[in-house]
Amino acid sequence: MAEVSVRKVVKEYDGGVLAVKGIDLDIADHEFVVLVGPSGCGKSTTLRMIAGLEEITSGEIWIDGDVVNDVPPRDRDIAMVFQNYALYPHMSVFDNMAFGLKLRKFPKDEIKRRVDDAARILDIVPLLERKPRALSGGQRQRVAMGRAIVRNPKVFLFDEPLSNLDAKLRVQMRTEIKKVHQTVRTTTVYVTHDQIEAMTLADRVVVMNHGIIEQVGTPNDLYHHPATRFVAGFIGSPAMNFMPCRVQDGANGGLDVRVSDSITVPIPPARLDRYGKFKGKNMVLGLRPEHLFEYHEQGKPGWSRVDMLVDVVEPMGMETMVHYFVDGAAICARVDPATHAAPGEMMPLTADLNQMHLMDADTGKVV
Amino acid sequence: MADGASVSIGVTAPRQSTGRKTTMQKFAQRRSTTGFLLCLPLILLIAGFVIYPAFYAIYLSMLNKKMTAFVGLGNFQFLLKRHTFQLVIFQSCLFAVTSVVLKALIGFVLAHLMHNIPGKNQKIWRGLLLVPWVIPLALSTLTWWWMFDPSYSAFNWVLNQFGFANVPWLGVGWIARFCTIAVNVWFGTPFFMIMYLAALKSVPEQLYEAAAIDGAHGLQKLFYVTLPMMRNIISITVLFSLITTFADFDIVRILTAGGPQDMTHVFATYAFQVGIQSGDIPLGAADSLFMFPILAFAAFFVLRGVTQRTKEIAA
Repeated sequence: MAEVSVRKVVKEYDGGVLAVKGIDLDIADHEFVVLVGPSGCGKSTTLRMIAGLEEITSGEIWIDGDVVNDVPPRDRDIAMVFQNYALYPHMSVFDNMAFGLKLRKFPKDEIKRRVDDAARILDIVPLLERKPRALSGGQRQRVAMGRAIVRNPKVFLFDEPLSNLDAKLRVQMRTEIKKVHQTVRTTTVYVTHDQIEAMTLADRVVVMNHGIIEQVGTPNDLYHHPATRFVAGFIGSPAMNFMPCRVQDGANGGLDVRVSDSITVPIPPARLDRYGKFKGKNMVLGLRPEHLFEYHEQGKPGWSRVDMLVDVVEPMGMETMVHYFVDGAAICARVDPATHAAPGEMMPLTADLNQMHLMDADTGKVV
Repeated sequence: MADGASVSIGVTAPRQSTGRKTTMQKFAQRRSTTGFLLCLPLILLIAGFVIYPAFYAIYLSMLNKKMTAFVGLGNFQFLLKRHTFQLVIFQSCLFAVTSVVLKALIGFVLAHLMHNIPGKNQKIWRGLLLVPWVIPLALSTLTWWWMFDPSYSAFNWVLNQFGFANVPWLGVGWIARFCTIAVNVWFGTPFFMIMYLAALKSVPEQLYEAAAIDGAHGLQKLFYVTLPMMRNIISITVLFSLITTFADFDIVRILTAGGPQDMTHVFATYAFQVGIQSGDIPLGAADSLFMFPILAFAAFFVLRGVTQRTKEIAA
């Protein structure tokens, strides 16, 4: 078990492509940290640099109090689970799991004990004699995890381990991974592009984009207090609605957000101080689909009625997604399935502005 | 479709149409028939140039020298008792096994070197190293013969420059044996190299990364990842090369013609000498047939191993 620190780490590939642009990240002992971001954001490169599979251009990586920049992967005492499992096809499940221990010259009975323990945790005892070819995708992933667990390393690294599984198995394995972490408590760095995986698994989520860290925080932090437009749009499904807007004077000395000719909503009094200085500037209003719902006669403070022309209706059973177009921006609302919504009709909605986010249109920073 | 709506079109339509066809048409339309017809030219070629000569050789090997009487296994017994033929068996095995082992080893090392040369340069080196394999063997062996020649030997010239005496490359039994093997290795190594290079490229990079994280260093990666992943291709190339090397004719024929004192004869050159040059065709046929059981034995075990491993590994 160990802390991991990434300090001012830069990765530049041949030809001058900057994959990681000087990131800083501290991961505490026992912590489960998820690096999330779109393809090419540098998350896998960061993980591979921690693993030692990729050299770092500058900066330092610390594992358990030591700088490991020049330490080869085999001496970093880490274990990694790959997207394609990377099981040795010519070895049985047992040998795959035991390989790392054999190379480290563990006694035979110790190897057997550890492999059996890991196999029990992962429920793969009956598979130990099989070759990887004879396993399903989910079983292979378990073996790959088993290979990591038996070593009892300082750090677990997961590189998109669930991407090759079907949707149902992915959900199941996600729970398994969380369970395993609760059992073994090893410091874990997990890379994924799936924000739901990130939210459900992580103690802390690191959102990356274009080689930099956009925000680090607990899943709730990121959801409720995104620091940038990118994070706001990346976390949450369906994604947050963004509407270009302008802050202007409203009734009774208050402020309004003007989205379009037909949509102008008042800013809740609690936010007046925060948003006052942006009067007249080009801003972007961010509102999650769950904060835009069917109209209620009996509103609450901060709730405001808006009327929009329905474009598409998507019933999901427990809720209905309704899509609109406002001045060219696609807007999604999450409404009660009992609400009447038909394409081409105007529909009254409630916008819960207590949950609104206002962003600088140029910098993308949430203000 | 007279009876109407409930019958599916897909099921009934072919039945109606096939009903009108003759047996011959049906036969011609079967997939297996088409396949057979397409393969027929190849089957005829193999029958004419492989199967017929093979059986004819067996028939010939059981005749007397004048080819007038059936002598059963007499030719084989006669050959086995002859000292020269015992030398031929020894030299054939030595020639084939040593050459193949050296070709495989050098090919493996070259493939690894090649694999680590980045980008464009790799193509250039690969092309250069393939040259020996694409030059007609008889021509390149003539060049080698010239370089070994007692009067004009390039090797001896180099030795002389360093103050060493001339070496009778093709004039002394064991040196001549070494020379035939060296030329065969020179010629055959590129084939191994290119096959192993292809095999190396097909080993997923992630297996090496997983091994590195599991704690393996370079040699361990070679023994635990590379070699097991390449076992099939190694087996097949070794078997294939064993067959062609055992049957080699050009190198020995051109370099030494079997000499000195029959010490470099292999099955093929000896069969040529006995059968064609000395006119004892049945004895020559018997000689060449000795290769068959040796190669069949090797092929059986190698291919069985390959099939087993393919079943285990193929995902």
